Amino acid sequence: MTKVESEFEGVHLLKGNFAAAYAARAARVQVVTAFPITPQTLIVEKISDLVDSGKMNCEFIRMESEHSVMAALVGASIAGARTYTGTSGQGLLYMAEPVHWAAGTRLPMVMSIASRGIAPPWNIWADFSDVMSQRDSGWLIQLNSTHQEIYDSVLMGYKITEDPEVMLPLMAAYGGFILSHTSKPVDMPPQSEIDSFLPEIPEKGWDHIFLDADRPMMHGALVMPGDFYQEFRMKIHLAQLRAKEKIKVVTKEFKEKFGRDYGNGLFYEYKTSDAEYIMINYGEIAKQMELTIDTLRNEGYNVGMINLRTYRPFPSEELIEKVKHAKILGVVDRATAFGSPTGGPVSSDVRAALQTSSETRNLSIIPFINGLGGRDVFPEEQREQFEILFHVLDKGEYPKNKDLMHATYWTGTIDRRST
Amino acid sequence: MTNMKDLKTLPYKDREFFLQGNATCAGCGLDLSLRWALKALGPKTVIVSPASCLNVVTGVWPKGAPDFPMINMVFAGAASAATGVYHGLKARGIEDYTVVAYAGDGGTTDIGLQALSGAAERGTNIIYVCYDNEAYMNTGVQRSSSTPVGAITTTTYYGKVQQKKNLPGIMSMHNIPYVATASVGDPLDLYDKFKKAKDIKGFKYIHIYAPCPPGWRSPSEKSVEIAKMAIDNGMWILYEIENGFFRLTGKSKRLTDPKKRKPIEEYIKSQGRFRLVKKEQMEKLEQYRELMWNQVSKELLFQQMDEKSR
Ligand SMILES: Cc1ncc(C[n+]2csc(CCOP(=O)(O)OP(=O)(O)O)c2C)c(N)n1
Ligand code: SF4
Ligand SMILES: [Mg+2]
Repeated sequence: MTKVESEFEGVHLLKGNFAAAYAARAARVQVVTAFPITPQTLIVEKISDLVDSGKMNCEFIRMESEHSVMAALVGASIAGARTYTGTSGQGLLYMAEPVHWAAGTRLPMVMSIASRGIAPPWNIWADFSDVMSQRDSGWLIQLNSTHQEIYDSVLMGYKITEDPEVMLPLMAAYGGFILSHTSKPVDMPPQSEIDSFLPEIPEKGWDHIFLDADRPMMHGALVMPGDFYQEFRMKIHLAQLRAKEKIKVVTKEFKEKFGRDYGNGLFYEYKTSDAEYIMINYGEIAKQMELTIDTLRNEGYNVGMINLRTYRPFPSEELIEKVKHAKILGVVDRATAFGSPTGGPVSSDVRAALQTSSETRNLSIIPFINGLGGRDVFPEEQREQFEILFHVLDKGEYPKNKDLMHATYWTGTIDRRST
Repeated sequence: MTNMKDLKTLPYKDREFFLQGNATCAGCGLDLSLRWALKALGPKTVIVSPASCLNVVTGVWPKGAPDFPMINMVFAGAASAATGVYHGLKARGIEDYTVVAYAGDGGTTDIGLQALSGAAERGTNIIYVCYDNEAYMNTGVQRSSSTPVGAITTTTYYGKVQQKKNLPGIMSMHNIPYVATASVGDPLDLYDKFKKAKDIKGFKYIHIYAPCPPGWRSPSEKSVEIAKMAIDNGMWILYEIENGFFRLTGKSKRLTDPKKRKPIEEYIKSQGRFRLVKKEQMEKLEQYRELMWNQVSKELLFQQMDEKSR
């Protein structure tokens, strides 16, 4: 084993952002476009360093804005290259237009998002409102809980997006600073094994993505109302739904090959099989919630959690199957959906999804919003969230406390009355 | 330099890349410019087009007039998407394609300027073309920063107040290897400039004067005539700047002496967009011409001094 290889192989203590950068290298991405934004910046700094020191072989382009980052990635992807970038918060908002273009063109690409709060007020800390703003763009959206998952999601990501049945870009998000800037051991498989898991993209491109003067094609033409616009859009939704099966297959294959378990790929369960109280959570605070669940289990409460990995496509049927035996559900959002039925994007979706089955239609679903803009969420707060579930089930009513606003609990909110 | 007598020997004289049946209006300057540009660039050319007339006239799906790979893109993304195409091909070891961004004046002088400047500064090996019809035509003739003073648009009902932005000037300040202006009034000059740009490595910028009959309220059969008038009266100056070396081209070479420039009255009268131009706007239009030629004189003077000192 040469020295260079050892840096990228085996278990290394890595910041979350470096895990993303190393995964992009391991996936042999061919074009990376970059623009700095906290807390993502370390990804592109690392890739810049790897490329300049000859340890990574790709076209690395320092763009002048995120809009250009994504527009260039669309161009590179149409030209047949495997493409990658990363961004955060405002950067994702700024690139929104080409983000939608990438999905509409049905381009397979992967983007890592170190999520941060949306301004104003300025905020650079963990908050998934940035990715949620793109939830209807057509991109597959995954939410990571651990450093290892950041790495693995990029590798699995290409395998999912490049499947001819899917052909939609994928963004994988993780909490800014909490995961992006902290270090944990990350296990990186040998390149040869990664290569056998993730083959190169087909030389001739796909049926709808190629650039060849001998068979000229026009991308992104105008379509009249009567001419398939609706059908093209419908196909994006169908591909999203098909992606669920693909995610399951790839996650299973990944587990068989590398031994790491991400459940069905759509979510993973923590002690849900006999749970009466199930919390749906995502991101790093979901990982932390496992602690609270252990504590409560020791005290005799039948609690469990579903850690939502894949938000788009939304795993409706799979969720119904896993929660139908529960007596009450909670959904925790570290993101906002202003003016929506619950104020939280995932809780609104869970309610809509569970409505579709007679087995879950009557379940109480309590929405929580917490940790916005990187506010710490300690295990005590997560315990309180469960206690609210206990109370509702027990007493048949919502406990009145300062956090309750229109049937959603905004836990951890500063109590103005006490100051 | 290509002359009229050479026309019969041009390699793609009989080959159209931008096919007939496309949806451009009769007398469209964009259409003319693109046909000639592609004849110069040849078959291994990719065009990236941001939101603009070009984005639409190329054909409504599933029909398509381009007989070359064509990528439609978001309005502000011409230069950046072309950058991506270039690097995507390069990453795959394909380097024999000419990657071209072909944008309108709105997509160039306004919304796409940031991406354009970025690509120029990076020195990406692409050709960026602005076909300048001096307004946002695709959305129904709104003013752009490239609209001349006095011109009526649907957002300047009484004529534009501000002067036209000098984008080729701005691009020349990026110190790129090639900046050129061209006009559909002199297609052979345009052809030569594209041929030249194709063989230069680095970022190339070509700004084309491209009349638009519906937008300019001018008869469709007069587009080329109007374009020629603009060259003859010095309102549009043909030049190229190759590695910093400035050179007038075509008929503009003869117009350094102001007395040789035709009066602009006839030109102004030829287009309905100028129908509200009064004495004051006329003076402003003349001032603009003055200003542009002063810059040319300065360039030429510097060059003379430079040559002497050598
Ligand atoms: C982000 C965005 N804003 C606005 C538009 C609407 N729009 C489409 S083309 C266009 C004007 C294009 O003008 P120009 O670049 O001069 O090209 P022309 O139509 O004149 O050929 C506008 C405003 C758009 N497509 N995208
Ligand atoms: S509106 Fe003008 S620029 Fe657009 S197609 Fe018609 S003539 Fe050409
Ligand atoms: Mg225009």
